[in-house]
Amino acid sequence: MKAISVHGLRFSYDREPVLHDVDLEVDEHEFVAVIGPNGGGKSTLLRLIMGQLRPDAGEIAIFGAPPRRARDRIGYVPQNTNVNLQFPIRILDVVMMGNPRKHREATRWWERLFSMRYNDVELRCARTTLEKVGLECALDRRIGELSGGQRQRVMIARALCAHPRLLILDEPTSSLDAEGQKQIYSLLRELSRDLTVLVVSHDLSAVTEYADKVVYLNRTAYTHDLRANPIHLHTPEGEHFCEIELMQELAAKTCECEHHRGKGGT
Amino acid sequence: MIEALHYGFVQNALIAGILVSLIAGFVGSLVVVNRMVFLAGGIAHSSYGGVGLAIFLGIPIFWGAGVFSVAVALLLAWMTYRKTHLSDTWIGAVWAAGMALGVVLIDRTPGYHGDLMSYLFGSILAVERGDLGYMAALLVAVILLVHLRYRELLAVSYDPEYAELRGIPTRWYYTMLLILAALTVVVAIKVVGLILVIALLSIPTHIARRHSASLYTMMLLSSALALGFTLAGLVLSYRFDLSSGATIVLVSAAGLVLDTLIFKRH
Repeated sequence: MKAISVHGLRFSYDREPVLHDVDLEVDEHEFVAVIGPNGGGKSTLLRLIMGQLRPDAGEIAIFGAPPRRARDRIGYVPQNTNVNLQFPIRILDVVMMGNPRKHREATRWWERLFSMRYNDVELRCARTTLEKVGLECALDRRIGELSGGQRQRVMIARALCAHPRLLILDEPTSSLDAEGQKQIYSLLRELSRDLTVLVVSHDLSAVTEYADKVVYLNRTAYTHDLRANPIHLHTPEGEHFCEIELMQELAAKTCECEHHRGKGGT
Repeated sequence: MIEALHYGFVQNALIAGILVSLIAGFVGSLVVVNRMVFLAGGIAHSSYGGVGLAIFLGIPIFWGAGVFSVAVALLLAWMTYRKTHLSDTWIGAVWAAGMALGVVLIDRTPGYHGDLMSYLFGSILAVERGDLGYMAALLVAVILLVHLRYRELLAVSYDPEYAELRGIPTRWYYTMLLILAALTVVVAIKVVGLILVIALLSIPTHIARRHSASLYTMMLLSSALALGFTLAGLVLSYRFDLSSGATIVLVSAAGLVLDTLIFKRH
């Protein structure tokens, strides 16, 4: 069964077409990056996959189910985590927002009168997911005290808390430095051993280094399998690589390797 | 000082001060972390329209202002939910129109209408036994809500987008917070008045936020601070024969300045 399977997807905002005939297939345990220009429909595609928007035409299946019924299997990490830094909230409380409802069943009825208290099952879940992202000792710290990279890892832990089979991230490293980016991507690489990862990104050097597949989205989707056709970018240590350069690189290779429009893999 | 406590109206004033401070601590915390201070200000000021309506129709101020400001809260919730770019204009319009309506309605009512300034700036010594019942009922409702639905309130306040993905009805909570703000304003009208009530909702909570690791601690600390400021303000206003509402607000403001000077870091 495919983790994500999209066929003939169309979507428009107020008759303005955003996505046109998008085909996309993602296997389980794949690490897929979505790139493309602003306004190319990346965020719209994510919202469709998560069932927040409904397609005008075409089909979306997440592990074989319609998006709305697959919500429990999807973990989501939003784009900007530098908002609300003044908010009085501990790391533990942020992670617990992803806590599945069934963990609450271990709470006795009189304890439910204090819904701010977590039961043992919930605490264990939070600790193990924070361990996975390397922040197990920061449980009681305020979110505003963390660095951007640490905060992003808390958001990943929050998504992991619900034990998703598909992890979706919207530009997770847009506000991080090169070192922070690298850490997040190697963490995602590691996580993709247990689950499917779909990440929207502008960090092309990281994408080509860590992802299995790149999907270039500009109204329609082009999939490039990096495992079959790796791209080697020559960037000086610690420097960023511009999207336009990758586009050129991909375009130059179009004649040599097969670029399947839509269908993933080679 | 102590002998004043033998008078029934002084007892009422004290109990009212305590109840309203505790309500303001809880509701004010939610208002502040949701960045609804301006919205709450709009509701508070426009509730003067409700005062005017009550005088015009000859019904109790509490009911006139109560029904009117809840209606305003519903209207503002509908107009401003997820429309941050437009909301300040709408709030400003409702703010002014509500007050203007109050003025016009009172113009059209023949006879003497008592001291209208007391609705704007409070007259805590005029609190009656019956008012205390409404205040206590609201306090109980607020405490129950916070304890039973803390996680939802926290999720909606910190990250509404994620809360919605997790299936929490964010719009419902947004509306409910505005209704709570409206009811708080109504019970606080006699204590500090509808203009000064915003100080009671925002000053203690602003100080508390700096010193709290979680929203719950912020609520408890805000309540304690509001209580302290109110009691100190009452004592000072009695001792020096000053307006109680204004004195409470000035004591709070002095507390804020003091806290800012001591903890400059933020």
